[in-house]
Amino acid sequence: MPTAIEFFKFLPKTNCGECGHPTCLAFAMQLANQKVSIDACPYVDSGAKEKLEESSAPPVKGFSVGLGDNSLRMGDETVLYRHERKFVNPTAFAVTVTDAMSSDEMAETVSRHSSMTFERVGMEFRLDMFALRDETGDAESYTDAAKNLVGLTDWPIVLISGRPDVLRPAAELLKDRRPLLYSADDSNIKEMAAIASGLGLPLALRDDTFDGMAALVEEARKAGVEDLILDLGSGSMKQVLENNTVARKVSLRRTFKGLGYPLMNCVGGGEGAVKKAMVAVMKYGSLVVFDSIEPQQALPLMTLRQNIYTDPQVPIQVKEDLYPISDPDAASPVLFTTNFSLTYFTVRADIEKSRQPVWLQVVDTEGLSVLTAYAAGKFGPEHVTAALEASGALDRSEGPIVTPGMVAKLSGKLEEALGRKVMVGPMESSSLPKFLKGLKE
Amino acid sequence: MAKVPMPKEKWSGAVGRMALGDGSVNVGGVKGMPFLSFEDPQEHRPLLAGEVVDDISDFPSLVLEEFGTSAEDPVTWASEWKSRGADLICLRLLSTDPERADSSPDEAAAIAKNVADATGLPLIVYGSGIADKDAAVMEAVGKALEGHRSILAYVEEDSYKRMASTAVAHKHAVLAFSNLDINLAKQMNILLSDFGVDRGDIVMDPLMAPLGMGLEYSYSVNERIMLAALSGDRMLQVPMVCDASQAWQVRDCSEEDDSLGDAGERAAWWEFATALAALLSGADILIVRGAKAMALVQDAVADMGGRS
Ligand code: B12
Ligand code: SF4
Repeated sequence: MPTAIEFFKFLPKTNCGECGHPTCLAFAMQLANQKVSIDACPYVDSGAKEKLEESSAPPVKGFSVGLGDNSLRMGDETVLYRHERKFVNPTAFAVTVTDAMSSDEMAETVSRHSSMTFERVGMEFRLDMFALRDETGDAESYTDAAKNLVGLTDWPIVLISGRPDVLRPAAELLKDRRPLLYSADDSNIKEMAAIASGLGLPLALRDDTFDGMAALVEEARKAGVEDLILDLGSGSMKQVLENNTVARKVSLRRTFKGLGYPLMNCVGGGEGAVKKAMVAVMKYGSLVVFDSIEPQQALPLMTLRQNIYTDPQVPIQVKEDLYPISDPDAASPVLFTTNFSLTYFTVRADIEKSRQPVWLQVVDTEGLSVLTAYAAGKFGPEHVTAALEASGALDRSEGPIVTPGMVAKLSGKLEEALGRKVMVGPMESSSLPKFLKGLKE
Repeated sequence: MAKVPMPKEKWSGAVGRMALGDGSVNVGGVKGMPFLSFEDPQEHRPLLAGEVVDDISDFPSLVLEEFGTSAEDPVTWASEWKSRGADLICLRLLSTDPERADSSPDEAAAIAKNVADATGLPLIVYGSGIADKDAAVMEAVGKALEGHRSILAYVEEDSYKRMASTAVAHKHAVLAFSNLDINLAKQMNILLSDFGVDRGDIVMDPLMAPLGMGLEYSYSVNERIMLAALSGDRMLQVPMVCDASQAWQVRDCSEEDDSLGDAGERAAWWEFATALAALLSGADILIVRGAKAMALVQDAVADMGGRS
């Protein structure tokens, strides 16, 4: 973003006030704060405007694919390292079907991958998109397959064909679903860019070299296509790592403007695909296209994505409150834990597994786990007592209070403060089913 | 045609080099962010250590199945790792735990010596995590391994003197543990240096939190350590050890649940993801537990262009 002074240079400095600001400098300051548009001043010439727009463009342009609730945004990234600021739009994962598949086969592939969902820390993890690859080279077969696919899924779609004549009819048919078109290379860029620009759809560009890619970007932009995603090759983990890094680095450092777009990797199938996808998640990939993926690989991969894309400033946490599990009553035990999501959901799942009624008191530890919170002085007897009092837990149940085993030290002080029986629970919540059943006897 | 400039950084620093074992095993020397060959031609790839414990009573059965009977004895287990291409052996002397067998420092040292003699590989030796006992155990281990330069693990802010002295006396390296905090990591290295340990004899463990259990904190702390080291912070220019085996602590890593896919495969990928995050954020030495995970990591290092 240009500074106020840089904006000021382009203003006429007449202080005429027509922009609604008393002086050109005041207006420039508002521009730098992104509060107003340059268009409010009628006296900035178009050459200057273009220059300004260019320097205020985000370093990595963003765009959306798909429709409505299922639409996905890619790009808009602003940093190289996640400790600087949160990575914005998580890597999307697509799985491929082809027009050579029978409709049963396609339905089975779509259904298997759509239902590959996992619950973790209170979130649902799943894949995001389907890609349709042209295997027959036949426009009619490809369009039929596209028709078939949109009936099977609401997820955003990538249309994959190197042949403009095959891609065009399918793109026209699916236009309202806003699919991504893949891909334009130096052999077909003119035709592909014409399709994307005519239908207003995002376009993927494919070249292994940075200079070649920059040339493709220029061609696409000349044709009026701005929603671009770049595929710089995924032959090896090294290629994914280095090419994604170079493109992202020159864009964020603004040492080269033409590669400031989201990046994608077509990783194929098998073990190599998962490894390349993991690199893409950590290193700037906005979209990864798989041939297929297995659940035992998908869960770690999606967990990695969730980890890398959390906000480095704010741990994911739940609200301080008293949570009833399995209909507790006035005799049920009151267990307490921290408000770190990972801790809460782990403990909650283990209590549910026990099928025993429990009151679960969550204490606000600013999103820290049990030992971390204890070490940071945020999980002392005073915090626990305050939370139990605020939620009315002590009135709702006369059952024993149970501490996490890792903070057994708390029990004495708590017993004193509360005048109630306090028991030390197991270290790991996985032992809670056994522990809770023991309590009942 | 537009020419895209390569974004090669002009780093002023590098991670220090260190020779281990008989001097032929080298680690460190990295001059750029991990695996970017345009920044650093990578004279050394990261080293991979296979984990061996001397008490398997509560060790994950999925790993024991991978190693079969060789896991019954640390020496055969370590030899098995060697044949699987491990560069180092990470030996955990759990039997020294007063709550387990409470074996003596001399007994522990004998195991370490046998493993070293049988494999010829440098060791990273851990005790049981009880600071006082570990210090005593490492005195015996350090002496027994003299001439076979290894890494004594680990020292912390409030107890480092005895083990650090052992390392100096017997010319081993010492592992400085700190807790997910770049300033603490640096502080540990300063403490050890002030105490008289040469910087070339320190490796650091900034705690690699596993996938799904804080991995993101470690990934970022490691990256910040690397950036600071490359930018010239001498007190952070020591090789980094990351322990991917901690992945096995995470429940979803290996629990049996059909909806999560095959547990053995999943555990391998869970540990692999932890390992890859460590490698991409700056690990110079990686500790790996599973055999399949190790194979995945070895392939990945080769595929990323790491040279031996
Ligand atoms: C990730 C992490 C961090 C992250 C924070 C993550 C977070 N949001 O909490 C960061 C980097 C911020 C961090 C910081 C610190 N950390 Co820290 N951290 C960890 C790490 C690697 C994982 C913690 C975790 O997520 N555990 C997973 C959750 C689910 O575990 P949990 O909350 O304990 O819940 C389990 C049990 O307690 C039990 N349970 C929970 N609730 C209940 C309730 C009942 C009733 C029962 C019965 C059981 C039960 O079941 C759960 C599942 O098993 C651990 C080491 C490790 N591998 O455990 C160190 C660790 C917890 N940290 C530690 C320390 C010392 C710190 C710091 C003080 C150090 C520093 N750098 O200054 C700071 C303090 C924070 C601050 N000042 O803000 C120490 C604690 C030492 C001690 N024994 O007290 C640990 C153990 C590392 C170590 N070995 O030294 N840390
Ligand atoms: S309208 Fe333009 S020239 Fe007039 S004060 Fe505003 S910025 Fe200055």
